[in-house]
Amino acid sequence: MSSIPQEPVAPANVEVDSQAAPRRIRMPALLYSPVGVIGASICLFWIITSIFAPLIAPYSPTAQIAAFQPPGTTTANGMFFLLGTDHLGRDVLSRIIWGGRRVLFYATIATSSAYIVGVSAGLVAGYFRGWVDDVLSSIANVILSFPILVLYVVIISTFGSSGINIVLAVTFASAPGIMRIVRAVVFDLRNREYVTSAQTRGESAMFIMFVEILPNTNSLLVVDACLRLGYTTITIGVLGFLGLGLPPPQPDWGGMINETRSMALFAPYMIVSPCLAISSLVLGLNFLADGLRESSSL
Amino acid sequence: MVRFVVRRLLLMMSIMLVVSALTFLLLEINGDSVVVKVLGPYSTIEQRNIWLDVNGYNLHPFVRYFSWLGNMLTGDFGESIRYRAPVIDVLLPRLASTAILAALVFCVMLPLSIIAGVIAGMREGGGVDRAISLVAVFTTSIPEFASAVLITYIFVFKLGWFSATSAMQSGFDPMQLALPALVLIMFGFGYVARMMRASMADVMDSNYVRTATLKGMPFHRVVFKHAIRNALIAPFTVIILQINWLLSGVIVVEYFFAYKGFGALLLEASLTQDIYLLQACTMVSVVVAVMTQTIADVGYGFLNPRVRVT
Repeated sequence: MSSIPQEPVAPANVEVDSQAAPRRIRMPALLYSPVGVIGASICLFWIITSIFAPLIAPYSPTAQIAAFQPPGTTTANGMFFLLGTDHLGRDVLSRIIWGGRRVLFYATIATSSAYIVGVSAGLVAGYFRGWVDDVLSSIANVILSFPILVLYVVIISTFGSSGINIVLAVTFASAPGIMRIVRAVVFDLRNREYVTSAQTRGESAMFIMFVEILPNTNSLLVVDACLRLGYTTITIGVLGFLGLGLPPPQPDWGGMINETRSMALFAPYMIVSPCLAISSLVLGLNFLADGLRESSSL
Repeated sequence: MVRFVVRRLLLMMSIMLVVSALTFLLLEINGDSVVVKVLGPYSTIEQRNIWLDVNGYNLHPFVRYFSWLGNMLTGDFGESIRYRAPVIDVLLPRLASTAILAALVFCVMLPLSIIAGVIAGMREGGGVDRAISLVAVFTTSIPEFASAVLITYIFVFKLGWFSATSAMQSGFDPMQLALPALVLIMFGFGYVARMMRASMADVMDSNYVRTATLKGMPFHRVVFKHAIRNALIAPFTVIILQINWLLSGVIVVEYFFAYKGFGALLLEASLTQDIYLLQACTMVSVVVAVMTQTIADVGYGFLNPRVRVT
């Protein structure tokens, strides 16, 4: 019925084509889409800085060195701060790099965990239909009827804010949307010949769902995963900004903005850089999704 | 059609019932944690027991749920711990200010994004389309709090056109609405414009538009007479559901600009563990969300008769 989730950047564009089978994404084809290449490069940039954060970051993200240094200053003892330091004297560049690592880590874990739950539920609902589908779909309906950020705020403020709670909250809130997409594709795929032939061979339902059907949903799911990863990044940022995010003193982008925004009038550089960081990562993911969508319909 | 509407309304009621039960389970079921929030952590055991007894927390959970639900339905949400006033008195003015903000956002965002989407989808793949699509991706990629920071930086610190907060301390000031509204419009614009563009591009590809073009109809008449009306049907649901998304957006924006609205109240209630206020805010936002969903579904049924059967 109301098949559109409430997230601003979510599905909608991944409408299921009931006629054609979802085509597989050919990776080299991505190279022909300029938008996709730009998106992939931005994502790759953040992935590399996160993986090699200990090597790239000039200082420790929690070391208090010299407070309120504007960007590009060199102190008397020869320390250089490209993006300046914050009110506690921590190097902003190092915090951006380490914060990116933390944000990307939790966003990936949370999105993957939402996918594991959502895809399994969608496969089961779409393959077995009947009462199983009814039960799973009505659970999904109830969860999706909460305004999404209200759900996060209520869950996190009730159970406390920690990495694991954020992962659980994101899983709880986004799995139903993923389930609906998978379910709709499976409805279409379950009558295909290769499924029927697997059934005739006597394969188990598990085998058919995960080996025969799942690989054929991949182009839709890859595009959706990019958009969702971006949305989860925003969510983690928003929670950090509202003071409900990953606990300090380790940095995360939303938290950095929240901690230093009262000083925005005289030291705007402290909040402008995390803003640009999170916007560029989400933009990269959205571009990548666009590129993948284009190249899968080539 | 009547059956369709009735079924949607019944579904709406049942979802609201389930959600209210969930809210009750999450926030209200454990009387001991409620009493600590109400009386504070330094209350004695006897005080807590007396309070629990007087307020009926020792009754069976079923009885408690239904009396709680009855109170909710009659607008008796209890008393706010922080404001020392009935929740309803705190809630209503806040809802009104958010409604003003949301109305402003809708009046500007919808025409803007629909027009942009139509222009982009009219000639798919053209230069104008590329430009509009690019702007749309950019604005949806910048989270509200980031665009709030950047917009404040530009318009408040650099240009000095607006004040940085929208607390409206000296009465209502429309100027203070501008920045919060701008942030919300930016984030929502890209999404609606992209949906509109996709739908318009689909319609322009359809047989009846091709027929109209081939019979020699001028392009602007094809667009206005045939395409736009049909292209508006598919994004209708998304447009209505933007109300839901606004409920999330206002939390961030109202917090950032210190605007005294519903979103800021909900956040404040959850951070200060003001339990009755939090319950009321949650229920209000769920009721709004479920109602808009029902309106979207029923409206879509009117516009597109094919979905009524299911």
